[in-house]
Amino acid sequence: MTIIQFIIVGAALFSMGLYGVITRKNAVLILASVELMLAAVNINMVAFDRYLQDQLHSGQIFALFIIALAAAEVGIGIAIILMIYRNRQSADVDELNLMKG
Amino acid sequence: MTMHQFIAFASQIALAAGEEGATEGGHEALVPGITDGPLVEWAWLIVVLPIIAAFVITLWGRRMPLKGWEAAWGAIGFVAVYGTVLFIVNATQGIVYEGTVEIAQIGDMTLEWGWMVDGLSIMMYFLVGVVGFLVFTYAKSYMKGDVRFTWFFASFSLFAGGMLVLVSAPNLIQLIVGWELVGVTSYLLIAHYWEDFANVDAGNKAFMVNKVADAALFLGAIIMAVSVGSFSFNDIIDVVVHGEEGMLSQYAFWAGLLIFIGAMGKSAQFPLHVWLPDAMAGPTPVSALMHAATMVTAGVYLLGRLFPFYIDEAAMFAGDVRNIIIIIGGLTLFLTGFLAIVQKDIKKVLAYSTVSQLGYMVAAMGAGAYTAGLFHLFTHAFFKGLLFLGAGSVIHAVHSNNMSDMGGLRRKMPITFWTFIAGTLALIGIFPLAGFFSKDEILASIKYAGGNGQDVANFILILGIAGAFVTAFYMTRLVALTFFGEYKGHATPHESPRMMTYPLIGLAFFAVTAGWVNFPGVYTGFTTWLATRVPLIGMGDHHAEGLDWALVLTVSPVVIAGAAIGWWIYGKDRDTQAERDAFRIPVLWPLFDNLYYIDDFYTSAIVRPTMGPIAKVVLWWDMYVVDGIVNGVGLGSIGIAKAIRTVDENVVDGLYNEVGAGVDGLGSSLRLSFTGRIQQYAAFSFIGVVVIAVLFIIL
Repeated sequence: MTIIQFIIVGAALFSMGLYGVITRKNAVLILASVELMLAAVNINMVAFDRYLQDQLHSGQIFALFIIALAAAEVGIGIAIILMIYRNRQSADVDELNLMKG
Repeated sequence: MTMHQFIAFASQIALAAGEEGATEGGHEALVPGITDGPLVEWAWLIVVLPIIAAFVITLWGRRMPLKGWEAAWGAIGFVAVYGTVLFIVNATQGIVYEGTVEIAQIGDMTLEWGWMVDGLSIMMYFLVGVVGFLVFTYAKSYMKGDVRFTWFFASFSLFAGGMLVLVSAPNLIQLIVGWELVGVTSYLLIAHYWEDFANVDAGNKAFMVNKVADAALFLGAIIMAVSVGSFSFNDIIDVVVHGEEGMLSQYAFWAGLLIFIGAMGKSAQFPLHVWLPDAMAGPTPVSALMHAATMVTAGVYLLGRLFPFYIDEAAMFAGDVRNIIIIIGGLTLFLTGFLAIVQKDIKKVLAYSTVSQLGYMVAAMGAGAYTAGLFHLFTHAFFKGLLFLGAGSVIHAVHSNNMSDMGGLRRKMPITFWTFIAGTLALIGIFPLAGFFSKDEILASIKYAGGNGQDVANFILILGIAGAFVTAFYMTRLVALTFFGEYKGHATPHESPRMMTYPLIGLAFFAVTAGWVNFPGVYTGFTTWLATRVPLIGMGDHHAEGLDWALVLTVSPVVIAGAAIGWWIYGKDRDTQAERDAFRIPVLWPLFDNLYYIDDFYTSAIVRPTMGPIAKVVLWWDMYVVDGIVNGVGLGSIGIAKAIRTVDENVVDGLYNEVGAGVDGLGSSLRLSFTGRIQQYAAFSFIGVVVIAVLFIIL
C-alpha cells in the first residue's frame, strides 16, 4: 500500500464532499457533505502520520480532534437547521438569502 | 544650606554675639531648644489654612449654615491656637526653624517657598491669630445682615492669610507675594461698601499710595538679591554679619533706603500716611485688624527682619539709613498726632493715632532698638484693636461715625466704656498698662541712641515726649466727646451683643497685661523670646537694666498733663459743634484741619496732572495707536479668514466629496456580487483556494 492510494481516496472523498456542499439544496445534505470533507482530511492525516513515521503521532491525534470537532459541529448544525425549518417550513438553502447585499 | 550646617553656623554666631554682648551691653541670643520636630514642621498650616478657607468660602460659603463665617473663624481660630502654642513653647524653650520647599531653579538662583518659625515670626503668628480670632468673632455680629457677608469673610480670611504669608517668608520673594496679597485684599476690604463712590476712592488711594512704596521695595529687593546672589534673608544676614566687602556693602545705602520706603508705604509713614485715615471707609473690624495686628505692622516687621542690615555693626551697610528712618518716624509720630485732635470722625481719630504710634515704632527701629520697636508693635496691636472694636461697638449703637452724634454713652454701654478706658489708658501710657512699658522702652532707647553718637535722636526724643502729650490730649478728647456729657444723637443706643463685648473684654485683658512681659529690671522675657531668630545672632540693640526714672518722671507727668488739659477743654458738655470746637489756635487749626495740605498737594501735583494732560495723551495713544493696531490686526484676521474659507470650501471640501463619491460607486458595483447564497460564497472561496494553491505550485 503506497501513500498515493490514500491520497487518491482522500482527494476523491474531499471532491465529492465539496461538490455536495456547493450543489445540494437541502441543508441536511450539505451538512452530510461537510462530514465527507472532514473524513477525507482525517484519512490524509492518518496516512501522512504513518508515512512520515512521526514519533508523537500528531497526525492521529489531530484526526481524533477532528472527529470530536465534527460531532460538535453536526450537533450545532442540525440544531440551527431545525430552528430554520420550524420558522420557515423549509430547509432549502436557496431560500435563505437574507444576506443579499 | 542644610539644617545641620545652619545650626552649626547659628551657634557659632550666637557664641560670637554673646562675647560681644558682654562688652556692648547687648543681650545674649537665646540658645534654641527646638530646631525640628512636628511642632515646627507642620507650622505651614498656619499660613495655608486661612487661604484655603478663603477659597472654600468663595466657592461654597453661601451654602454653609452660617454663610461661610464658620470657615473663616475656624481657620483663624486654628492660627490663634497654634500661634499661642508656638508662643508659649518659644517662651519656655526657644524655637529656631526654617522650613523650605523648592519651587523653581532659575540659573543659579533658587526660588523657595518656606515658613520661618522663630521669635519674630512667632510673635506675629500669635498677634495675627489672637487679635484676628477676636476680631473675626466680633465681626460676625457687626456684619450681620450685610449684603456681602460671605464675600466679606472670604476676603477677610485671605487678608489674614496674606499677612501670614508675609511674616512666614524666609526670602524676599515670598515676602513680596504676601505684601501684595495684603495690599490687594486691603483694597477689597476698604472698598467693601462700593455702592458709595467715596469708599471706592479710598480703596484706590490705599492701593496706589502703597504701590508707589512697593515700587521702591521691589527695587531695593532686586538690588539686595543681585548683590548677595540670593533672595533668602538668611544669606543676606549672613553677608551682613560676616561684614563681607562686596556689591552689597557698595549699594547698601540705596538698598536700605528703598526697602525703607517700601516699609513707609505699608506702615503709613509721613508723607505716605495719607491712605491710612481714608482706609477707615471699610467696615470697622477691617480697621481693627488692619491697624492693629496686620498690614501696617508689615513695614515694621520688615525692618525687624532685616535689622542686622540696618544696625550695621560692621559699619559698612545701611547704618546711615537709620538716621533717615528715625527722622521719618519722629516726624510721623509728632505731626500726625496733631491731626487726630481735629478729627470729627471717631475712627479717623484712631486712624491718625495709629499712624502716630507707627511713627514711634519706626523711630525705635531707627534708633537701633529692635526689641523696643517690636514690643510697641506687640502691645499696640492689642490696645488699638480694642479701641477700634470699641469704636465699632459705639458706631453700631448710634449709627454714626461722627462724634457730635455721640456723648453720654458711658451709662448706656458700660462694657464698651470700661474696656475703651482700658485701651485709652494703655495707649497714652499710664502705668502699669501695656503702652506704658512699650512707649517708655522706645523713649529710653532713643535717649540711649542720642547719648551714643546718633545726634539726631536727641531731637527725636523731644518729639517723642511731645507726641506722648498729644496722644493723651486727643484720646481724652475722644473719650470725653463719646462717653461723657449728654447724648446728642438720634438713634437709641444700647450695649452691643455678647459676641461683640466678649472680644472687647479679651483684648482689654491683653491691653492691661501685655506690657508685663518686658518690665525693665523685673522681667524681660520678651527680649529673649524675640532673640530666637533665623539666623541666630545677637541683635546688638541696647536694653535698659531698669526703668529710666528720669525719663519716667518726665513722660508720665507730661501724659497726665495732656489728659488733664484735654479734660479741661472737652470734659465740659457743650451743645453745638461750634462750641465744641471753641479751642482753635488761629494758624495751626486750619493747617491741621486740612491735614497739612498734603492730600491737596498730592491732588494738585500728582493726581490732577495725571488725570489731565497725561490722561489725554494716554487716551490719544490708546484711541489711535493701540486701537489702530488692534483694529488692523482684526481686519487682517478677517481677510485671512476669508481666504482660508475659500480654500476650505473648494479644495478641501471638494477632495472629501470626491473620495466619498468614489467609495459610493465602488460599493454599488461590489454590491452585485453579494447574492446572499452561501453556496455561491463557498464556491468562490474554493476557487480562491485553488488559485492560491496553483500560485504556490508555480512559484
